[in-house]
Amino acid sequence: MTTSSKLTVALIGNPNTGKSTLFSGLCGYRVRTGNYPGVTVEKKLSSTRWGETNVTLIDLPGTYSLSPRSLDEMVSVDVLLGRQVDVGEPDVVVCIVDASNLERNLFLVSQVLDMQKPTVLVLNMCDVAETHGVTIDIEPLSQRLGVPVIKTLAHRKQGLEEVKNAVIRAGSSDQVPTHQLFPDLFYAECETLSHQLKNSNGSPGEVPGYLLERLLLDVGGHVESHFVAQYGEEIRQQVAASRGRLEEAGCKVPAVEAIARYGWIRENLNGVLSRPEHHATTPSDKIDRFLTNRFTGVVVFLSLMFLVFQAIYAWAGPLMDFIEGGQTFASGWVVGLMPPGALRSLLVDGIIGGVGSVIIFLPQICFLFFFIALLEDCGYMARAAFLMDRVMTCVGLSGKSFVPLMSSFACAIPGVMATRVIENPRDRLLTILVAPLMSCSARLPVYVLLIWAFIPPETYFDGWVSLRGMVLFIMHFVGLIVAVPVAWILKKTLLKGETPPFVMELPSYKIPSVRVVLDRVYDRGKAFIVRAGTLIFATTIVVWAAGYFPGDRGELHQLQAEIEKIEAMAESEEAAEEQTASLVEKQNQLSASLIKQSALGRVGHAIEPVVKPLGWDWRIGVGVIASFPAREVIIATLGTIYSLGGDIDIDEELEDEDKAKEGLIAQLQTSQWPDGNKVFNIPVAISVMVFFALCAQCGATLMVIKRETNSWAWPIFTFVYMTALAYVGALLSYQVSMLFA
Amino acid sequence: MTMLDELKPGEVAQIVAVEGKDAISTRLLEMGLIEGTEISCIGKAPLGDPLEFEVCGYRISLRSSEARRVQITR
Repeated sequence: MTTSSKLTVALIGNPNTGKSTLFSGLCGYRVRTGNYPGVTVEKKLSSTRWGETNVTLIDLPGTYSLSPRSLDEMVSVDVLLGRQVDVGEPDVVVCIVDASNLERNLFLVSQVLDMQKPTVLVLNMCDVAETHGVTIDIEPLSQRLGVPVIKTLAHRKQGLEEVKNAVIRAGSSDQVPTHQLFPDLFYAECETLSHQLKNSNGSPGEVPGYLLERLLLDVGGHVESHFVAQYGEEIRQQVAASRGRLEEAGCKVPAVEAIARYGWIRENLNGVLSRPEHHATTPSDKIDRFLTNRFTGVVVFLSLMFLVFQAIYAWAGPLMDFIEGGQTFASGWVVGLMPPGALRSLLVDGIIGGVGSVIIFLPQICFLFFFIALLEDCGYMARAAFLMDRVMTCVGLSGKSFVPLMSSFACAIPGVMATRVIENPRDRLLTILVAPLMSCSARLPVYVLLIWAFIPPETYFDGWVSLRGMVLFIMHFVGLIVAVPVAWILKKTLLKGETPPFVMELPSYKIPSVRVVLDRVYDRGKAFIVRAGTLIFATTIVVWAAGYFPGDRGELHQLQAEIEKIEAMAESEEAAEEQTASLVEKQNQLSASLIKQSALGRVGHAIEPVVKPLGWDWRIGVGVIASFPAREVIIATLGTIYSLGGDIDIDEELEDEDKAKEGLIAQLQTSQWPDGNKVFNIPVAISVMVFFALCAQCGATLMVIKRETNSWAWPIFTFVYMTALAYVGALLSYQVSMLFA
Repeated sequence: MTMLDELKPGEVAQIVAVEGKDAISTRLLEMGLIEGTEISCIGKAPLGDPLEFEVCGYRISLRSSEARRVQITR
């Protein structure tokens, strides 16, 4: 062999075969991820060295079959056939199969063999097969299929060297599998179609044999619609005529494919695979009976979901506080180094704030993906979808959408990222579009502020039920209730199409692998930081600039410098507070007038006529606009507008009555229109809350949607529909509740 | 004609054919639900749908609307 040869290797297999484990075992950690152009399919590549060979590994999404029905599914076929220009033509295809479920796994293998590429078959999970009493004779299997067969235990890294050697050998030999498992008539029809295509307008030239097979086999599939769109309507008639001739000869399309392939599989496995006559009850079966049971199954499911929710809602809290602490520390450090000015404000409020607003989501993302990876790897995730499917079909979704939507109640960002478990592109998109309507934890402080300021502290049933608690509870359901008709309408309009198959494998339970789980958490966390983080950061800077410019800040900076000087000289914090009190008040008033002059404030004034029907004055308008990148910002913005400074601590106000009397709650309660009427009353509070419940005020979520859908159209659509919904919702709730007020 | 959604938990049957030509039917065929294959019903989800089956040595979950496309004989 020559020194430093090059090899491109594609890895493909059914879901639940340990494909990702084999991929990371074969390539180490140098993985590049991205998206294939124009589709949502994630591209996973790795460059590594096996001895003297430079290897590029391509990990293709797990699939049961290579019969593409959509552009997304076409990507794998294109990669394998060397038609996907951005990855290069694979020299060897590694096909991984679950040894305990060989028969069905060989369906995909037989399709891969049709592509006539050097192929290596990897039998993974042989240990599971043995516990099921399944034995496989690999020598004769390899001979019959005409490809090398290697046994592995990928999660224990056993057999990886053998796989590498077999791949290198396969790459240097010219031997390609030649198997013809369809009747001769079928191949004759393929030949006819090939001629017809060559003679059509703008002839495609030589079409790979596998695509001709797909053109004939997939009724309404992607290959058919692609060829028809490209080379004219007569192709459709020619394909239909071919199918008709096949059907007359007793080869009904599409059934002929499954019958031919499974016939071939059974023939080849005869005498090679032995299974016990009677299926013994395995521990996995017993667990399954318990976990899918009508009572115990539901109890376990609800407890698990509660645990997951608790983790992202509550346990991530301390870590998020820690990140905020780090941010405060970094800001303090910069403030100590520099005099007040535009650069300092950019560093503190723009850059440090921007970085903070990205990494603040990391704990929730890591927690959620830890649980998802754990549940997926042990085989429970499919059961969760099984248990919830009936409920989710009521809104036109499938059971697989449940976990992403539930996670969105804590935070829509990990929720949207979790939709990767949904393999149907339309279902996945629909789930992504409604996920931001779920009431996330960032809405809570807004609800708490307004409820405590305006909803009377009444209690019912001897103090067991409080009005405030009830309103808080209802607010959490507003988004969910609205999501039902939204999903229904989207399903009937933009995302119209035939109901996708639910048909889902329920894999055997197994002990999850720590490596797989941690890999997954790392992978998701990194994907978020690298690809969504940059966009979130940019949005934060833009909004900072809108709130900062234009305006003459000379006086403010002087005041700030003076306050900082006194603080640095003072003996104690209390002393400093006393000495600077009047200056701070002046500073807060100045900040308030500056925000009024800024681009943000001007926009707020300009839109007052628009928000007036919602019962809002310009201050609420500014607060709402400023909180489009992140809804929790409204509290700091209102603090600045009401001359309280940006540091508002609602928890402290709720606990300490004195603080509450001079704090934001009191300011809101006494805020007035120019004519002396109070701005806020219960209908206004409700209108603001409903607006926050329905609006897409989260730049980070929109950026994650951009990344997950690989298109700007969907985040823009989400933003527009949710903002419109929020406006109408707020308008209706204000006007209706005014009737009763 | 008996259809797969009529199979009760614990019962075993032979598949006769899958009706239809769309994505769902194709997927059923690809998953090994072809003529002559033995299939048994394992159970139902708490709300009665979807259903769990064993076929070709593995477990599969189908909605009853999907199982209704599969002709069986007991």
